Amino acid sequence: MITSPGLNLEQYWQILPPDWPGGFLWHWLVFTIIIIVFVLLLVMGYIWLERRGMGRMQARLGPNRLGPFGLLQPVADAVKVLIKEDLVPTNADKVVHLLAPIVAFTPTLMIFAVVPFQNGALLADLNIGILYVVAISSVSTVGVFMAGWGSNNKYSLLGAMRNVAAVVSYEIPLVLSIIGVVLIAGSLSLNQIVLAQDIPFILLQPLGFLLFFIAGCAEINRSPFDLMEADSELVAGFHTEYSGMKFALFYLVEYAEALAIASIITTLFLGGWRGPLLPPWLWFVIKVIIVFFVMVWTRSTLPRVRIDQLMALAWKFLLPLALINLLITGIQVLAWPDALPWGVIFLNFAIAVVLVLLWSKLFKLGWGRVEV
Amino acid sequence: MIGFDVAFWILAIIGVIAALMVVFLRNVFRSALSLILCFLSVAGIYFTLSADFLGAVQILVYVGGISVLIILAIMLTREVQRGSPSNKLRIPAFIVAIVFLGVVGYTLLNTPWQLSTAAPLEHTTANIASKLLGEGGFILPVEIAATLLLAAILGAIVLVREK
Repeated sequence: MITSPGLNLEQYWQILPPDWPGGFLWHWLVFTIIIIVFVLLLVMGYIWLERRGMGRMQARLGPNRLGPFGLLQPVADAVKVLIKEDLVPTNADKVVHLLAPIVAFTPTLMIFAVVPFQNGALLADLNIGILYVVAISSVSTVGVFMAGWGSNNKYSLLGAMRNVAAVVSYEIPLVLSIIGVVLIAGSLSLNQIVLAQDIPFILLQPLGFLLFFIAGCAEINRSPFDLMEADSELVAGFHTEYSGMKFALFYLVEYAEALAIASIITTLFLGGWRGPLLPPWLWFVIKVIIVFFVMVWTRSTLPRVRIDQLMALAWKFLLPLALINLLITGIQVLAWPDALPWGVIFLNFAIAVVLVLLWSKLFKLGWGRVEV
Repeated sequence: MIGFDVAFWILAIIGVIAALMVVFLRNVFRSALSLILCFLSVAGIYFTLSADFLGAVQILVYVGGISVLIILAIMLTREVQRGSPSNKLRIPAFIVAIVFLGVVGYTLLNTPWQLSTAAPLEHTTANIASKLLGEGGFILPVEIAATLLLAAILGAIVLVREK
């Protein structure tokens, strides 16, 4: 069995035999709807936060007409884009063009099945939790590729190719920085990782957190790594030929992926649902929003990187640092006495600062040369 | 175990149909997509057999890694916008495939399979780790296989490198 009841669902399993599919189906239906509503609401909140936050950071107002503080703007945008005409290019591969947004969206939604909103995941507290997340999120790439190829458009194809190059490169430092956390927590299950965080792992793993944040932002193509939809070069990248509801789905994927990465960062490094006074799910939502705010902040601060810089950053900066971080974490897990957590925190922060400074001295991105 | 039976038959039918589509579709890109569907249904079968770690690795390696590489390779072929039509080697390929199918089928039917009576493991990861890294573990063969793959990659790079 890969599913286990979360929350207080033991009643279901007592009324019906555990093998009966009906009980499982009810559980599945109720919590799937809860998760979809959660994702949609937070994505709308994210869009509002991004547009208003970037507005403030760029010394302008942002959308402020609809509702208090422009809060209803994402709803109006959603309605607008849903009732738009759906255009498909004449030479497009119709089936692939239609399936691409669905293939991109489904895995993103499936990630939330294992995210613990409180003690115990909503749908399935998998024993292989974080491995499942990494595996499932790699399927989204296929959807992007389908969109790029199915549109029969050179810009779309170029955008999709860039996306795949980025995802394949950044997956490695991403997973290596996760392993540091798994080493300390001693489990792959997301809920076990949260339970192990008496000290949030961002303090024990500052370098790992930094690497995961950068690699995660690159993986979901947020600015400054938004090369695959670089507006000035590729029109809109892989979703150039999409309109109406399918475009809405891609837009949703973009922010749902940001939400997923924020949830994983919260779970792995920031103590997940744990926190004093407030209910666990509220702590979780607050932390997720803070992480996303930092993403918005980096987006409006940093300029977009070139494709060669993108690759160089992954292979020459993130990968060596992730390996060193893994080695140091392994040594500490084996040799450091449990009684001295504060010493290891100071040591790890010092190591992180020294390594980042050293590596930025050792190599500068591209040295102004352009080579791909 | 009615749920598992239903799941098995759904996954098996999807897997076989996807595998047939890989062969019969004229469009290479669509073939690659059906291959991904086939990999996913195999991963689903692993999940129903309590091999959750293996299923996740199947998705990670085959769907996220190998399929993406296959698609990337297709992108580098000619006439990609028309789906790379196949060449004239269909009959020889059909013969080779039939012979291979015959060999595999003969082997499957004539092997005395050992059925384990042990119950499925509740937590697979810890057991895999102790098999891999514990006393008399399989870490050396795994490392040797990894080195072999690395050597193959280096060899390929040396072969295609421009002087």
